[in-house]
Amino acid sequence: MTAIAERANPMSQNSTLVTERPAIGRATIIGGPPPGAATLEARGACAWFGDRLVLEGVDLVMPAGQVTALIGPSGCGKSTFLRLLNRMHELIPGAALDGEIFLDGTDIYATGTRAQQVRMRIGMVFQKPNPFPAMSIRENVLAGLKLARLKCDEKDDLVEQSLLRAGLWKEVRDRLDSAGGALSGGQQQRLCIARSLAVQPNVLLMDEPCSALDPTSTRRVEETIDELRGEVTVVIVTHNMQQANRVSDTCAFFLAAENQPGVVVEQGPTRKMFENPDDPRTLDYVEGRFG
Amino acid sequence: MPGSTRTKRVVTEVPSVVDKRFNAITMGAGISVLVLLLLVGAFLFIQSSNAISETGVLRFLTRTEWRTDVQPPAIGVMGLLTGTVLVAFVAVLFAVPLSVFCALAITEYSTARRRKWLIGVVDLLAAVPSLLFGLWGFLFLSDKMIPISTWLTQNLGFIPIFSTEQNASLTGSIFIAGVVVALMVLPIITSVTREVFSQTPPGEKEAALALGGTRWGMIRAVVLPYGRGGIIGGSMLGLGRALGETIAVALLLPQVPQQIGESIHILQNGGATVSGFIANRAGADAFTTSGLMAAGLVLFIITLATNMIASVVVSKSRSGAGVDL
Ligand SMILES: Nc1ncnc2c1ncn2[C@@H]1O[C@H](COP(=O)(O)OP(=O)(O)O)[C@@H](O)[C@H]1O
Ligand SMILES: [Mg+2]
Repeated sequence: MTAIAERANPMSQNSTLVTERPAIGRATIIGGPPPGAATLEARGACAWFGDRLVLEGVDLVMPAGQVTALIGPSGCGKSTFLRLLNRMHELIPGAALDGEIFLDGTDIYATGTRAQQVRMRIGMVFQKPNPFPAMSIRENVLAGLKLARLKCDEKDDLVEQSLLRAGLWKEVRDRLDSAGGALSGGQQQRLCIARSLAVQPNVLLMDEPCSALDPTSTRRVEETIDELRGEVTVVIVTHNMQQANRVSDTCAFFLAAENQPGVVVEQGPTRKMFENPDDPRTLDYVEGRFG
Repeated sequence: MPGSTRTKRVVTEVPSVVDKRFNAITMGAGISVLVLLLLVGAFLFIQSSNAISETGVLRFLTRTEWRTDVQPPAIGVMGLLTGTVLVAFVAVLFAVPLSVFCALAITEYSTARRRKWLIGVVDLLAAVPSLLFGLWGFLFLSDKMIPISTWLTQNLGFIPIFSTEQNASLTGSIFIAGVVVALMVLPIITSVTREVFSQTPPGEKEAALALGGTRWGMIRAVVLPYGRGGIIGGSMLGLGRALGETIAVALLLPQVPQQIGESIHILQNGGATVSGFIANRAGADAFTTSGLMAAGLVLFIITLATNMIASVVVSKSRSGAGVDL
């Protein structure tokens, strides 16, 4: 826990905690995403559902290897923004968008770019754990390979590494062939994280990944996020201010006035956002005075 | 609180007059359907008792011949059942893949507008009177299918049931009847599978897409495994329909019961089904009629059982997978 608390402070970024744990290997996936974390940048991002503009002019940089938290009251467009980042938004009938999203400098919405390619590089973990119930734990972890049609000759290694990264290996190592749906809620969510990590994405998006979990599972997931720092860029939506404070390096505060589209009111290093933000509304929100 | 007496009460809701009436009406409708079903069964049983008692239950069930010109008459349902089952299987074999793709096109590959349109078209197919299908199969399709039957027998003829005899006519075959019946059962299978597919948990579908899957990859990983029970159940419902299908087979097949020693040739002219045979022979002498009733009773029991198993499979598949945790 102290590790996390200390991590939350971007100023102590050079801590030695990372070296405590032996590095987890990286199985080779043929045709998979390029290695390493990637910077994600939104420029003038807008989103519509039908005629309704729900998100307007979001400019936000999510630096490579860092954890960016998106905070703000319900309905202000955080999930919508997150789904813009890996082209899940376009799956909703009537959904439209404007602006650009750059993944290491290339626009993911450029003509000719396939959504499948983008989603393979930018993984997503949902609010409600959604493992494939008909598949075993092992098959769940490897599902992404099959779906994205990737090849890997070291599948056993990949399963172990992904589960290790998600902090689930110890609990399931002896029952990899049992059903993924038979795990507890917290374990299921970590299985979903392992499943996303198995494709070795450059970015991992998480939409309130802990809101359906108990405190212990929540802590586990937070530890996982902490360990992913440096390897994968993490963007996490959370309603839990302590969580945002604990896990994130940078923070963006979303807000939507009544019948107005959501906007980013303020963004910056997490510490500044929580201690002396520029906008009084940010301070009110992080101190729990509304939302 | 010691000393105080507790009174235990069971509180029940008092239904309003409207609810009471509605309840009575729905119960009545349900019971009358059941009664009707029993009446049909009882009617068939009574009417067939003459033929069955004369032939013997086991004899009737296992004999393939149907001869009323000898004394005593030798009738049995086995030859008819063979044809019935063969036609139904051919029909289901063609209809299931087609229906599954239809259902997927409707639930997974369509905008809201196209979905409505496609559902309408499939429902329209269900509304076409089966006589028209039969006539169409008899007057049009039968000839058009000859090249396909020829190709099949030339290339798969080494499998006994695909072989044909020298100079045999390739019209009026079990194969062609099966294809026509396939079109008739397509709507029911499509609508059951579509219903089940549309209940696939959206979270799992999104998970598959978010991993970089294509729509087809998502369907294979999520929708088809989830809908498997529905596909099986829908196919069995279709099978139940196909077993009883009458007009098309009565028009198409010569209604000669399959005999024991004869080998089965589904690609050439021949074959009979229970329903088709009944339709062709209806209005004959009293003993034949009683025999036909007995055959009908057998068909009634088989289709009822098929449909009941199908309903169980379908109803289990919806909640059974334990998907929504
Ligand atoms: N599928 C949808 N169709 C129409 N409107 C939607 C849909 N999803 C979200 N919205 C609307 O978009 C706005 C932003 O929603 P969302 O991004 O889910 O907010 P948040 O995640 O911050 O709670 C809300 O007003 C919501 O009603
Ligand atoms: Mg949300």
